[in-house]
Amino acid sequence: MRTKEETLLVHTDRHLLSGREYRGTSRIDGPLVYMRNTHPVGYGELVEIIAPDGSHRSGQVLDTSDEAVVVQVYEGTDGLNLPDTGMRFLGEPLTLSVSEQMLGRVMNGLGKSRDGSTLPQGAVEKDVNGEPINPTAREYPRDFIQTGISVIDGLTTLIQGQKVPIFSGNGLDHNKLAAQIARQAKVRKSGADFCIVFAAMGVKYDVARYFIDSFEETGVLDNVALFLSLADDPSIERTITPKTALTLAEYLAFEKGKQVLVIMTDMTNYCEALREIGTMRGEIPSRKGYPGYLYSSLAELYERSGKIAGRGGSITQLPILTMPNDDISHPVPDLTGYITEGQIVFDRSMQARGIYPPINCLPSLSRLMKDGIGEGMTRGDHPHLANQLFASYSHVKDVQNLASVIGEEELTSLDQQYLEFGNFFEHKFVNQSFTEDRSIEQTLDIGWEALSILPSEELQRLSDEEIAEHYGK
Amino acid sequence: MKDRIVGQVKRVNGPVIILKDVTDASMMEMVRIGEQQLIGEVVKLYDGRATVQVYEDATGICPGDNVYGSGLSLSVELGPGLIGTIYDGIQRPLEKLMEASGAFISRGISFPALDHEKKWPFVPKVEVGANLTKGMTLGEVVETERVVHKIMVPPSIDECVVAKIASEGDYTVEEIIATVVLPDGKEQKLTMVQHWPIRVPRPVTERLALKQPLITGLRVIDTLFPISKGGTVAIPGGFGTGKTMTQHSIAQWCDADIIVYIGCGERGNEMTDVLREFPLLIDPRTGQSLMQRTLLIANTSNMPVSAREASIYTGISMAEYYRDQGYHVAIMTDSTSRWAEALRELSGRMEEMPAEEGFPAYLPTRIAQFYERAGFMKCLSGETGSISVIGAVSPPGGDFSEPVTQHTKRFVRCFWALDRALASSRHYPAISWIDSYSEYLTDVQPWWSQHSDGTWQINRQRIMELLQKEVRLQQIVKLVGPDALPDSQNFILEVCSLFKTAFLQQNAFDEVDRFCSVGKQVRMLEIILGYYQKGSEAIAKGVPMVKIRRLKVVQEIARMRLTIENDDLQAFDKLQLRLERSIDQLGGIYED
Ligand SMILES: Nc1ncnc2c1ncn2[C@@H]1O[C@H](COP(=O)(O)OP(=O)(O)OP(=O)(O)O)[C@@H](O)[C@H]1O
Ligand SMILES: [Mg+2]
Repeated sequence: MRTKEETLLVHTDRHLLSGREYRGTSRIDGPLVYMRNTHPVGYGELVEIIAPDGSHRSGQVLDTSDEAVVVQVYEGTDGLNLPDTGMRFLGEPLTLSVSEQMLGRVMNGLGKSRDGSTLPQGAVEKDVNGEPINPTAREYPRDFIQTGISVIDGLTTLIQGQKVPIFSGNGLDHNKLAAQIARQAKVRKSGADFCIVFAAMGVKYDVARYFIDSFEETGVLDNVALFLSLADDPSIERTITPKTALTLAEYLAFEKGKQVLVIMTDMTNYCEALREIGTMRGEIPSRKGYPGYLYSSLAELYERSGKIAGRGGSITQLPILTMPNDDISHPVPDLTGYITEGQIVFDRSMQARGIYPPINCLPSLSRLMKDGIGEGMTRGDHPHLANQLFASYSHVKDVQNLASVIGEEELTSLDQQYLEFGNFFEHKFVNQSFTEDRSIEQTLDIGWEALSILPSEELQRLSDEEIAEHYGK
Repeated sequence: MKDRIVGQVKRVNGPVIILKDVTDASMMEMVRIGEQQLIGEVVKLYDGRATVQVYEDATGICPGDNVYGSGLSLSVELGPGLIGTIYDGIQRPLEKLMEASGAFISRGISFPALDHEKKWPFVPKVEVGANLTKGMTLGEVVETERVVHKIMVPPSIDECVVAKIASEGDYTVEEIIATVVLPDGKEQKLTMVQHWPIRVPRPVTERLALKQPLITGLRVIDTLFPISKGGTVAIPGGFGTGKTMTQHSIAQWCDADIIVYIGCGERGNEMTDVLREFPLLIDPRTGQSLMQRTLLIANTSNMPVSAREASIYTGISMAEYYRDQGYHVAIMTDSTSRWAEALRELSGRMEEMPAEEGFPAYLPTRIAQFYERAGFMKCLSGETGSISVIGAVSPPGGDFSEPVTQHTKRFVRCFWALDRALASSRHYPAISWIDSYSEYLTDVQPWWSQHSDGTWQINRQRIMELLQKEVRLQQIVKLVGPDALPDSQNFILEVCSLFKTAFLQQNAFDEVDRFCSVGKQVRMLEIILGYYQKGSEAIAKGVPMVKIRRLKVVQEIARMRLTIENDDLQAFDKLQLRLERSIDQLGGIYED
């Protein structure tokens, strides 16, 4: 057993030893490098890796014992070998030097400049892993964001500080929608200092280009910080990209009082990178080979959103993920849905029918809309109207199924009215153009126009007064 | 505490740490790790080694770091001041943490669960010389307007004689309020605080039958699938189907005396919502703020996973403490699946052999042990109290055949299955009337009979039969369309559809509808069955169904949940009368 003095000595030693370079690794396996005979290294410490060609990479300690240290290398292990790879353990976790000057810059997943230019040294160093927000410190988000898109504003209303993912599929218009939201989103309270943090994980260069161009066209590019870890970058870098991006977002929102919109695409690639590391380490997998801690890992990202009482700013997250095989029960969308405050679900058949945005409102949900809509926020009839539109449209689906069996002519006249309502709803309410920016009043009025196709006694979710005021007008 | 070193860190793998050179650590002992003093618990001992589960983020812990023993098991602190407080999974008060470290939770800080400075008005209830046994009341403290907190002889003292008792006055929880003499002649000083190891159930005298329903104010639950006070229920459902909303509603309106709400691995904002909203909500039964009976535990999804594992035990130990004082406690855990996943993660990191889907083989045992702590009990003090456990389950992919749902089903007696299709069509609460069940029906039947002039059982059965018939009729309609059915059968579809909108659905955001009294539930069901009865008779006389469903009174029935107040039972008499008249009139026209 050690005495107190000895303990102190070990600690002093560790400080002196941190930064010392070790050469020669014992094993390299995918993104993981194993090293023996180091001084005691702390769990989660930042590691600088010196490749045989002299270039530097960063990594993090994943497992540490008195025998060996396991390090994951964020830039990948290509070009490393056993004898000539060096390592320095820096004695502290991975940090990002944050500053407002990062807005307008393009960076890699670790927050380093992508074009080789030097980034201004930030004033503050932040641990990229962040710390959990104390639930007592949060402010419950209530401010309605108008996106100008009817199906979102009317039925799955976005709230400032909310986390709402887009569940999409390959080849669907999710990027277009995210760009439209980024362009049109406004909070009716004026004077908001708005900015965007964009994180790309494993997407193709064209996707990143599409967003950059679209930000440029709107003239907001100076207000966007881009963290790109693209398809041809090492997959391991994807595991750190969203953390880096959110670290900056937290700084901008909670220390600089900005309203930050974080767009993260594609979360499925992030999860796959985690799976890769898990498999490499021989961990026991849960569903579809994903690690058992995937839920916690995703939560550590998604929970870095919201508002903090007394801080002014907010982080609204719009993660995008592609559902493998359009399967909403796949672990990535499934675990996401369990953490986020709702979801916007794309429907391939709607896109095939030429409807943009191809959002199926029935599985979509905004959990925070309840406190952000209604009198004084959007309009008094909004809650009941939304409720009624959901109920009526869900009946349309039943009628459509029935019609496909017995034929449309055999339907009762009421059910035929429902079909007509469904048609109007999809083509006039949901469908709109990429440049169309509807006010919430316009959205609600189109909703009423749709419901006026149905007999008024079918509208049981609306009050008599609401029907008297808006029905058939 | 820093002085007793029990070993050194050998290996760190996330929240699981292996110690070497272990001297005198004991199982379940709470330890502090390294100079940062992170809290941990010994979960395994073998060959001079120990496995420790760390309750905070382990970043920075190094091989060679010292680990210090506390000599105590991981315990909760029990005494006045628990109510209205919000804790993390290991009972650290979150408000205090915020004062110390700001909006983000830093590591290595801890505070006692109770405020040790605050003075409470203590009223002695025994005199010097009194013979007491464990669990008996020494005195009382008014903890909130609603809760009188009983200061009890701790369960560790089998019997004692009161040697000194504090006089009425204000005391902190640390001050000595009684001195007792044990049978061996030793004196023991007692304060208002007790400590209890979270993984051990508090002792009771005996389990009693579960005869009283826990009234939740949700019609589909109370009328169709009731739970008893002291009962256990699981609410399984995919994401967004309404587990949290259902639990919030029950926490708000049920007729328990104390609510323990555990956010176990769920969203931060949901806890903030409870924290902000409950103080403003008024309990319809007492007229007092709901926060006056509520204890909160928030170990959100981004907080350390080991503390998530501990959170449900922390919660149920506090619940047992109030039960021992003779209260009816309802405990909500949202979600037990996140707890099970924490077990899985820890077990994986300890390199244990996995059973189904990576979960450890002891998963069912742990689930059973947790639900076994529910019950209607005769407490040590001789009073009765109960703990009802309402556990949310979050099955991956919404598939109920997965291990956590399946094992939970074995140990609970009530099952409120949430249905994705209902939730998508915004039928809330989305509790399926086909897949749900309650095994408490016969237990609570006498109670309901008394409160419904004896009609409850028969009416419940009649509506359940109609709902079963509807399923079969719907299958026919799906094949051939509704026109193929005679009006008498189409009317069953009509009544069921009305029953769903008018009775089963309940809007948690509507001032009137969000809580439904027992009397209102009984009357609403009667009216709908009355509609079926009268309507069927009229159809038999040749009245077309469309005429009946177009009656204005049907619209009124569809909205009665929103328009008629809980205690306005006369309004139902009038509605019933209008219903009978309208249908009779219609019948009159067709008779000629
Ligand atoms: N009784 C209800 N009344 C009105 N709305 C409801 C009701 N129940 C659920 N909802 C709606 O459904 C949404 C999701 O409900 P809830 O948060 O309870 O789901 P959940 O099952 O807990 O999901 P998760 O597993 O992701 O936590 C709510 O935000 C609300 O909009
Ligand atoms: Mg929930």
